[in-house]
Amino acid sequence: MRTALLAIGVIIGLTRFAAGFTVEEETVFPSAGVEQQRIAILSTTDTAVLKPLIEAYQSRNPDIAVHYTVASSQEVFAAIQSERLAFDLVISSAMDLQMKLANDGFAAPYRSAATEALPRWARWQDRLFAFAQENVVLIASNEGLEGLGLPQTRRDLIEMLRDNPNRFRGRIGTYDPSLSGAGYLFATQDARQSDSFWRLAEVMGSLAPRLYISSNDMITDLKQGTLVLAYNVLGSYAGPRLAGDGDTSVVELEDHTLTLLRTGLVPTTAETPELGGAFLDFLLGAEGRRLLRDAAGLPPIDETALSSGPHLRPMRLDPGLLVFLDAIKRRAFLDEWSAALQQN
Amino acid sequence: MRRAPLSLRLRLVLQLLGIAAVLAIMLYFTVRTVAEQAAEATQDGVLGAATLAIAESLQGGDSGVGVDLPYEAFSILGSISADRVFYRIDADGATLTGYDDLPLPEEAGVAVVPVFYTRPFRDTEVRIAAVARMLLVAREPVPVLVMVAQTRQGQEAIAQRVAQRAAAIGLGSFALAAALSLLTAGSVLRPINRLADAVGRRGPQDLRSVDRPTPAELRPLVTALNGFIARLRGALNRTETFIAEAAHHIRTPLATVRARAEIALRQSKSEEMRATLRAVIRAVEESSRSAGQLLDHATVVARTDRLADEKVDLAKLVAAQADAFRPTAELRDLTIHHSGTDRPVIVQGDRALIEAALRNLIDNAIKYSPPETSVDLDLTTGAEALIEVADRGRGLSGQAQSKLTQRFIRGENAGDIIGSGLGLTIVAEVAVAHGGHFDLTEREGGGACARLYLPLA
Repeated sequence: MRTALLAIGVIIGLTRFAAGFTVEEETVFPSAGVEQQRIAILSTTDTAVLKPLIEAYQSRNPDIAVHYTVASSQEVFAAIQSERLAFDLVISSAMDLQMKLANDGFAAPYRSAATEALPRWARWQDRLFAFAQENVVLIASNEGLEGLGLPQTRRDLIEMLRDNPNRFRGRIGTYDPSLSGAGYLFATQDARQSDSFWRLAEVMGSLAPRLYISSNDMITDLKQGTLVLAYNVLGSYAGPRLAGDGDTSVVELEDHTLTLLRTGLVPTTAETPELGGAFLDFLLGAEGRRLLRDAAGLPPIDETALSSGPHLRPMRLDPGLLVFLDAIKRRAFLDEWSAALQQN
Repeated sequence: MRRAPLSLRLRLVLQLLGIAAVLAIMLYFTVRTVAEQAAEATQDGVLGAATLAIAESLQGGDSGVGVDLPYEAFSILGSISADRVFYRIDADGATLTGYDDLPLPEEAGVAVVPVFYTRPFRDTEVRIAAVARMLLVAREPVPVLVMVAQTRQGQEAIAQRVAQRAAAIGLGSFALAAALSLLTAGSVLRPINRLADAVGRRGPQDLRSVDRPTPAELRPLVTALNGFIARLRGALNRTETFIAEAAHHIRTPLATVRARAEIALRQSKSEEMRATLRAVIRAVEESSRSAGQLLDHATVVARTDRLADEKVDLAKLVAAQADAFRPTAELRDLTIHHSGTDRPVIVQGDRALIEAALRNLIDNAIKYSPPETSVDLDLTTGAEALIEVADRGRGLSGQAQSKLTQRFIRGENAGDIIGSGLGLTIVAEVAVAHGGHFDLTEREGGGACARLYLPLA
């Protein structure tokens, strides 16, 4: 019954939203009881991932309907920044764009016991809050690497690629930073962390890498055997999809592994900001954290995971994220990236 | 109605509290101002450093101004507090990158040293640092202006914390000062209290000058007090001398008048004249007694302030008074008996006063006794020495003793007997002055019995 109701509410496909805002998917979760209020959530996270959490939230609040709209991170950013659309909560994995929204005054301050309990690195002011921490990993096909062993650092990886160009030519995948916001964020943060990133880019460039715009595509290609290695894949997607697959390995590189923070903010355009805040509180609360981990496959904010993994580098939620959004800086970075990749 | 002036302690405490309050408020504002200036200077320093770092990263060249925003310059702005950051880079008057609505500095004199200004921007207010540089672009110098702006929420939070701390410091120092001012008031006033206490504790007869050490400020008061005590002592001495002189000057002429009258009585042949002279003698006698009693009373009043302190043998005193009154008693056909006087009974006190009391008691007894009776003096000792004077006169006829011992009050049954009403008053006052007491009761078988109790030495 429930699924049938849901199916009615689901609109799949690229819908033009108001003026020029492209929506990937819009789902209405009707209230179980009489609808008193509705929350409008704009998100980059797939509906299927957060569905268990939305349903759990509605079973607690039967009079609330949830409108869940999925769009790409750029579209999410534009919907709030230039189109000033009314959403009660904006969820995105693009930390830099979320940071820019918050910095430029599009996020309303929100404060609750749950947000106050967040560690300092997991929030910015009282405007931007992280609810999941996802490692950016290397995935590898065990068969493809046969006889070489798993690389544990970028230095290992560079040496391995350099020593076995024939094995890896055309079989390495990574994000195209010029097309993917996440890929750009990972590349710029990698470049900040160490110079080995540029050496890696040069080595990969010499091996005709395949460039992707999503982690899921890289995982699919790895499983199909098209790729031997995929660099900078979101571990939260790779983990569940590769779990129990003896042919693949997920590697957190020991020199540094970036940790992405999936963040939420209540935009100033919200019609019912208190509901947006309430849903955020639910994500940060005990039940929300459990469902995030078990049902959504997103690791909740956990300080002990960071302290027990010294190789993990959570990207800092601070105005530094704005630097690579600067148009000139972006152009310069992408130029350098292209130069490194297209050396031959 | 005049209001009582504030106590010195209250006045002192209030003034000290006032000073403490003023100092606490000054402290509060000083701490706040200094801390806020320090916080602003710190934030300006960081903001300026970030602006300079960006300005230094700018590069000239043939293709235009090269901008390579340093990541850390921005990141470090968030290190003190999570504040919002905006920037703008202008080359030759046109915005190259950043927020093109960020306010420009007012004056043109922006140099390589950052200038700071505060402006409203969008939905908030920002502190802006601006640095100007010249770059060579295609061999032409191009002015470049770098502006970095930051909200001041972090600084406001610091200011708020500082204000709270400053308030706590101010209140704390005020509380401390209040406690100290109470202590100070106590310690300043202690010599005054001690002096007042010492003077107040003195007995009524203590007329020694005050000689305890006092602070310089109190010395004039002590000197004045000592002068006052000396004058009082002198006045008392003069009063006593005057009483002695007056007694002498009144009694002596009365004695002379009486002697002359008695001689005239003996020489006179006329019965009529003799009766007149007897009346004169009697009047003189009563006047003499009254004058004596008045002077006794005055002496008692004067001397109770400064009792002589000597050992007095009551046995001797009673016996001597009995002997002294015997001729008078015999004139009226009375006998005087005394008992208990065979061994000394010593009390501490003023002989003249005790003597006056005893004299008045015996005189009263004789006065009210009918002829052919006796006046009995009995001296006994128990817890106190007791002098009992008993007569067979007309008694008290039920009147309260307290009334009879009032000044100038005489018993209703005094009738024809001449008297001033002072006798029992003198006795009662002497008893009290010596720490003893006096009572007057009906005697069994008729008459009155007066008892004078005096503490033993």
